[in-house]
Amino acid sequence: MSMPDPVAVFRIEAAELLEQIETGLLDLTHRLNDKDQIDAVFRGLHTLKGSGAMFGFDALAAFTHHCETAFDRVRKGEKPATSELVAAVLAAQDHMRALIENPTDDHGDIGERLLAQLRHAVEGGDAPAAVVASAAPVEVAEEKSGTNTFRIRFSLPLNSMVNGTNPLGLLDELRDLGECKVVADTSAIPSLDVLVPTELYVSWDVTLTTDQPRSAIDDVFIFVLDDMKLDVETFAAETAAPAAPVVAEVVAPVAVAAPVAPPAPAPKAPEPVAAAAPAQRSAPAPETAQQAKAAENVRVPAERLDELMDRVGELVIAQSRLRQLASTSMDIQLRSVSEEIERLSGELRDTMMVLRMVPVGSLFGRFRRLVHDLARETGKIIELETEGETTEVDKTVIERLADPLVHLVRNSIDHGLETPEERRAAGKEEAGKVILSARQAGGEVIITIKDDGRGINRERVRAKAESSGLMQPGQQISDQDLLQMIFQPGFSTAAQVTNLSGRGVGMDVVKKTVEALRGAIDIVSKPGQGSEVALRIPLTLAIIDGLLVRVGEGRYVIPLSAVEECLELSLEEDLRSRGRSFISLRDSLVPFLRLRDLFRTGTKPDTHQKVVVISTGTERVGMVVDQIIGDHQTVIKSMSKLHHDVATFSGATILGDGSVALILDVAHLVAAGQQQEAHLRAAG
Amino acid sequence: MSDRLQTNLRQNADMHWNDDGELEVLTFDLHGETFALEAIMVQEILDLLPETIVPGAMPFVGSVINFRGKVIPLADIRLAFGMEAGEATIDSRIVVIEIELQGELTLVGLRTDKVNEVTTLSRDMSEPPPSVGMKWRADYINCLVKRDGQFIILPNLQAIFSSRKEA
Repeated sequence: MSMPDPVAVFRIEAAELLEQIETGLLDLTHRLNDKDQIDAVFRGLHTLKGSGAMFGFDALAAFTHHCETAFDRVRKGEKPATSELVAAVLAAQDHMRALIENPTDDHGDIGERLLAQLRHAVEGGDAPAAVVASAAPVEVAEEKSGTNTFRIRFSLPLNSMVNGTNPLGLLDELRDLGECKVVADTSAIPSLDVLVPTELYVSWDVTLTTDQPRSAIDDVFIFVLDDMKLDVETFAAETAAPAAPVVAEVVAPVAVAAPVAPPAPAPKAPEPVAAAAPAQRSAPAPETAQQAKAAENVRVPAERLDELMDRVGELVIAQSRLRQLASTSMDIQLRSVSEEIERLSGELRDTMMVLRMVPVGSLFGRFRRLVHDLARETGKIIELETEGETTEVDKTVIERLADPLVHLVRNSIDHGLETPEERRAAGKEEAGKVILSARQAGGEVIITIKDDGRGINRERVRAKAESSGLMQPGQQISDQDLLQMIFQPGFSTAAQVTNLSGRGVGMDVVKKTVEALRGAIDIVSKPGQGSEVALRIPLTLAIIDGLLVRVGEGRYVIPLSAVEECLELSLEEDLRSRGRSFISLRDSLVPFLRLRDLFRTGTKPDTHQKVVVISTGTERVGMVVDQIIGDHQTVIKSMSKLHHDVATFSGATILGDGSVALILDVAHLVAAGQQQEAHLRAAG
Repeated sequence: MSDRLQTNLRQNADMHWNDDGELEVLTFDLHGETFALEAIMVQEILDLLPETIVPGAMPFVGSVINFRGKVIPLADIRLAFGMEAGEATIDSRIVVIEIELQGELTLVGLRTDKVNEVTTLSRDMSEPPPSVGMKWRADYINCLVKRDGQFIILPNLQAIFSSRKEA
């Protein structure tokens, strides 16, 4: 196994950071003075700058520095957070993304322009033409008059040197704040024989006299706060006597009560210095909860998950062989072990399935930015609401749904929602609503995109469908079918093509993608009240319920969702239907295919053949099989390129006895059946 | 003729002869002829497994097998070379190889009558397939290597696997 490319790792991390920054910024647009979010954005920018510089993304680091500086000033309360600033940083963030993706490209003066915008936003009009570096926070907190003396006691976790924290750097930063008296507490250093040279046993007691506010001290420790012990006391101004422990003047909100307990400095060490402090204050760590959450997640390449999935599949197959052996054996102990393993492997398989599931929230998150941008472009006021973010869907499904959802959301905003004026005229609130929601229903996940706009104009859809030949003029068609017309290729009712939509590409992509995921689309639309598009997607692509049948000596799986009913092919019908392969099913003729002929099994038909009627929506086809074995949880395996020319099968699966069964491609077979019907009709 | 020679040269270039002009191969028998595959592409040698016939597939990849939880095609290159399939014997084995097909690494099982050994072939003893006087399609063969008075055939699996259904 090779080490991952550090630059690639940085890119992944940077993408996450940018996402985090973006989320923070978007939250800020609603609540400009949310201190937590300002801090979160600042931290994100700072980390991005730091790791960018570390991995040689110098342009990125330099650029990000300015954004960070701007936010730093907001954070310190020197400048108010304005929506102009948020917009400027949002725009700048896109540039950062470009810098990460193509660090060597010449990005021209985009950066300069964005920075000018940023300066303008920060300075509120009188942007100095000076070099950007002047934006660095030099003039700090004049309102905080006089000097304070702080007693700062801190100890870092044992392993912090390994993690790259340099305590001397922290001390230097403290010294920069003002006059410092630093005393190192070496009492925790163990004897030489147990001393680990890479561990940090020393803690410090610093007396700092500074004109800076208390928050400046927290800033020094901002990146190590979570794991360290920090205790800051304020001395009465210009007095030497230690004051009571500080409680009131903690700037960062102490949201989390539980402190992160640092490891004891060393085994057998004397009482650590922290205990000597009058009252142990936990590090003010607003992000503790967040970090703890992050620590619970492990990033794993998807292919390793797939490998694990294969192994589990093998295990399940091996286990079912064991079960067969055990069932023929009289050995009680063997049987009990076999049962134990059966239970374990079943659980393992279930757990494995869950691993592939990710919450829909990760998908919905992207739309906040899209809606934000679209609102600016269209001049409409849009509120995006999301529901059911915790609903879990197979990872592959999520990835494939991203594009269709973008199309649908754009469509809702561009075609569905009216302008504020139109909405007022119609007696609605100015702000149009787009609601993205997800919920699970049985084996399906239903993702809906709902808006409260003008609804789909059925006359326009009909006119367009007739003019483009999709339906006959005046043809009777159900409301649902008419609405589904919008998913036809090249179909667009937008009177004019905008940047967003109206080109007629997109909606057919939505339909294709959803169908490829074996899903379906429902549309509801009420004139003047809005539309709702619901995508019904199976929970997972990896497993389907199948009906296991036997044809000749081969066993095949028919996806159960396509099966309408099973019936016996009576002898008369079998004989009568020679030449004309139809059965009558409740007064309608259904064409059928003899799979035995199709697969050229060369075997004799069973005496009691069965017909499995399958359908895709409106079209039905019967398939004659020799035996219906039963239902079967089917783990779908794709077929290799060597078998891509075989359209009859959509994949394969492995049965309990280790043999392979092929999965019938329903759409193809129905089409084949319909074709056969057409041939027979033509023949007379 | 020169075209064909060039094709052969190019295909030869795909093979990993080392600097000394040697190639490590696995040799196996098919219908009385000795074939060889680059050892580097061989994943595993298996006893015969239950096969599942894929109706409608090309005859020489007419079935699939379960290889450690993966469904992989089982190819019978005897059929590609127009040989008879022949009955399975006690020596019959499946050689699982990994090969790039249309830009995707694919595992394929090859049915063999008997697996012989891993050995080293010398490039000096190799020659392109003769254009005449051979009963097999020349483009299915990378080269022939002479050893111990007989020819070892290095099949061009890419050409074989990319052939489409022919009437």
